Amino acid sequence: MSRVVRMIVFAVGGLGVAVLLGAAIARMPHFGSGHHPYRTLAVAAALARRAPNAVSSVNFDQRGFDTLGEEMILVGSVLGAVALLRPAHHESERRVPRGGRVLPATQFAGYALLPVTLALGLDVVAHGHLTPGGGFQGGVILATGLHMAYVAGDYAALRRLRPVHWYSYGEALGAGAFVLLGFAGLAAAGAYMANVLPLGTFRALLSAGTVPLFNIATGCAVACGIVVLLAAFLRQELLIGEDER
Amino acid sequence: MSYLAYAVAAWLFLAGGLGIARSRHLVQTVVALSVAQSGTYVLLLAVGFQRGASAPIFGAGTPLKASGVVDPVVQAMTLTDIVVSATVTALLAALAIQVAKLHGTADPDELRSLRG
Repeated sequence: MSRVVRMIVFAVGGLGVAVLLGAAIARMPHFGSGHHPYRTLAVAAALARRAPNAVSSVNFDQRGFDTLGEEMILVGSVLGAVALLRPAHHESERRVPRGGRVLPATQFAGYALLPVTLALGLDVVAHGHLTPGGGFQGGVILATGLHMAYVAGDYAALRRLRPVHWYSYGEALGAGAFVLLGFAGLAAAGAYMANVLPLGTFRALLSAGTVPLFNIATGCAVACGIVVLLAAFLRQELLIGEDER
Repeated sequence: MSYLAYAVAAWLFLAGGLGIARSRHLVQTVVALSVAQSGTYVLLLAVGFQRGASAPIFGAGTPLKASGVVDPVVQAMTLTDIVVSATVTALLAALAIQVAKLHGTADPDELRSLRG
């Protein structure tokens, strides 16, 4: 298809979508209005299960089964990306490149922020049911924290910090723990992912039943998954080259 | 003004689509797809918004009633949306790298034939 034909097809299709969206928007409830039936039900359920963070309660308790699907999408895409980024048959791995220059200020910031970012990530995962955050957000922060070593210009140190196969086990462990916690609910209460643990006191660290456990399992899977994913991209860029012929 | 947020969502979605149709580089295609997906975040958050309401997180001092907070259900769906968008972007970026290596070009217009 030539560019002109493609743009004509897009113009026709885009116009149709725009008209349909306009018609749909015209019949939507007004922006910012107070009519939110799902909000009323979900917040009442979150408060009944003593989870101050209603978003976490929706994700890991009320709609937990959907989050399991989301988790599997994450695992599947990490698997797909790692499979795609293997060395091809005429390529092999080079040695870790040396040299290059990093500003001392960047290097200092990288090393100084590494432990701070890791602590922040753990905090966001652990308090996911109380304050803004949760397993997904905290997991991403944890994976970012490790890569501060790369920002500091030390790829060799990053490689020592993350033996990749351990992180691939970590990802499987996190995703597996998520599935098994769901089965624990099935065994104890007869429903998959039922919130079976004692609910505790509102706003206490150990409260909201199984929500913190799901947060930790998700945090583990996401942090490890992103480390494995970024490792595959970095390896592709820095280490894999065509064989000399 | 009350439909502005929905209109922004629709505009982002269509602008992303236009970016995909016009792209001259596979990385641009992937980024344009992310722009289109951001339209869905704006739409979801706009659906759950309520004027004068606070975040659906009950810290100390927030009154424990549902009418004072925005909708947590669509916020949770936005989180799912962002996670899926990030993973799809990673997968497509990996595909783009392999296409560029196999064909020596990342311009979708020059990728005419399939090669193994």
